[in-house]
Amino acid sequence: MATDTLSTLLATRDWLMADGATGTNLFNMGLASGEPPELWNVEQPANIRRLYRGAVEAGSDIFLTNTFGGNAARLKLHNAQGRVRELNRVGAELGREIADTAGRKVVVAGSVGPTGEIFQPMGTMTHALAVEIFHEQAEGLKDGGADVLWVETISAPEEYKAAAEAAAMAGMPWCGTMSFDTAGRTMMGVTSAAMAEMVEALANPPLAFGANCGVGASDLMRTVMGFLATGTHRPIIAKGNAGIPKYHDGHIHYDGTPELMAEYAVLARDAGVRIIGGCCGTMPDHLRAMRDALETRPIGPRPTLDDIAAKLGAFSSASDGTGDDAGPKRERRGRRG
Amino acid sequence: MADDEEIILSELSDDELVLQMHDDLYDGLKDEIEEGTNILLGRGWTPYDVLTKALVAGMKIVGDDFRDGILFVPEVLLSANAMKSGMFILKPLLAETGAPRMGKMVIGTVKGDIHDIGKNLVAMMMEGAGFEVVDLGINNAVEKYLAALDSEKPDILGMSALLTTTMPYMKVVIDTLKEKGMREDYIVLVGGAPLNEEFGRAIGADAYCRDAAVAVETAKTLVSRKHNQLSA
Repeated sequence: MATDTLSTLLATRDWLMADGATGTNLFNMGLASGEPPELWNVEQPANIRRLYRGAVEAGSDIFLTNTFGGNAARLKLHNAQGRVRELNRVGAELGREIADTAGRKVVVAGSVGPTGEIFQPMGTMTHALAVEIFHEQAEGLKDGGADVLWVETISAPEEYKAAAEAAAMAGMPWCGTMSFDTAGRTMMGVTSAAMAEMVEALANPPLAFGANCGVGASDLMRTVMGFLATGTHRPIIAKGNAGIPKYHDGHIHYDGTPELMAEYAVLARDAGVRIIGGCCGTMPDHLRAMRDALETRPIGPRPTLDDIAAKLGAFSSASDGTGDDAGPKRERRGRRG
Repeated sequence: MADDEEIILSELSDDELVLQMHDDLYDGLKDEIEEGTNILLGRGWTPYDVLTKALVAGMKIVGDDFRDGILFVPEVLLSANAMKSGMFILKPLLAETGAPRMGKMVIGTVKGDIHDIGKNLVAMMMEGAGFEVVDLGINNAVEKYLAALDSEKPDILGMSALLTTTMPYMKVVIDTLKEKGMREDYIVLVGGAPLNEEFGRAIGADAYCRDAAVAVETAKTLVSRKHNQLSA
């Protein structure tokens, strides 16, 4: 079993700060779109060290390895499916290097993203194959010295469950977040309440669970409030995007400022979130502002949804599918037995 | 649900059967859709009427509920699958009877972008609505789109991007079409998680489609407008 630094930190601190964007940072360093970022672990290690160091120097307690798409299903699109172990191991080794010279306890979280495939019966992915794919990646991350597996941006419950099983096979602690981007649910229709329920029913539940990416910071906070409303005692993770992408003169900018992300971080902490970070568009400047706010601003009352909308902006949909406002049901005719 | 009474499709009147097929599409019941399709054909319905009144109209309900956040991707995929099994029966018959075509779409994820779940969903829903779809897959350069437009002669070009870094490539494709004087020959629809209407307008697309249901409705509207212009 890997040394579980995350559990130690969670036991001694009220909140931990995770990192921000991986892709947005790498593209700024010249990664061409379409090129798999994982290849840079081997080809451009200096840039990957710079990515990790950026998060650590900005105050992150946890940072994710550059291995999000490092599973066989995704790497296959670049004919690199034979390099899963190597790319994940090196991604974690570089992380180990940065974490071990940080001068404080920093968690190397081995990023595991979705396979990108749809599960049976709608698609072709099976549970057994997904477990195998995630397990292979997990072993690579473990070889490289990752402290914890960090499963993220998942939409389908089947995929989350497969990742839980793979983590058990690799004998590694894990965390897992889903992406709630469709009227408050994941693309596959999972609500925040349904995720919380699923997590507790797992044979190998994660150290912490939560939400990442999705539609901007306000929607993400609403999802997090949904987790907390279930009364779960498991630590919650919030990793929201720095606003919403805007197109301007041929370039894309996320409209969330460091000030807005600082506001978001404080709201998340006051709501009871234990692990707070950013996702797409979140740069070291955002992280610095978040860390500063988390350390200096006094703890306030648990925010309401109205507080969140007032401080971070309006929600993208009226309801998030939880509670009594779960939306209209269609009038049905008789159904055959 | 409420009643456990077995419904025998062949005993239903035409109107009731069509409504039942709408329900069965909603529930993604493939076998029932095949059965219903064959019954209507056996009663002398034209393949085109079966397509539009039973299948396409049923998928419209699915699309509307998907758009309104009542149905989600798994249910919609099952419905599209059921629709496809009906289409499989109708397709050769439609060609034989020279029925009017809904339209044809060439779709692909732009160069640099390998995320294809959204694009696949649009392709399935478009097929579900009776369109012919040619799927170019992921990571398409402008040359690939041009070659497909030339060989397939579609009404619609659909482009998808999930990454903020690949979105601008859509403009490259549209600008190339403009340079070659081909832009007005096609309806250009764009979609993908980070996009919005403002972006669609800025790059010169005909429309941005928020999701697969909106893509289908937009395609129907723009294709019929185009046909009207041609016949005017």
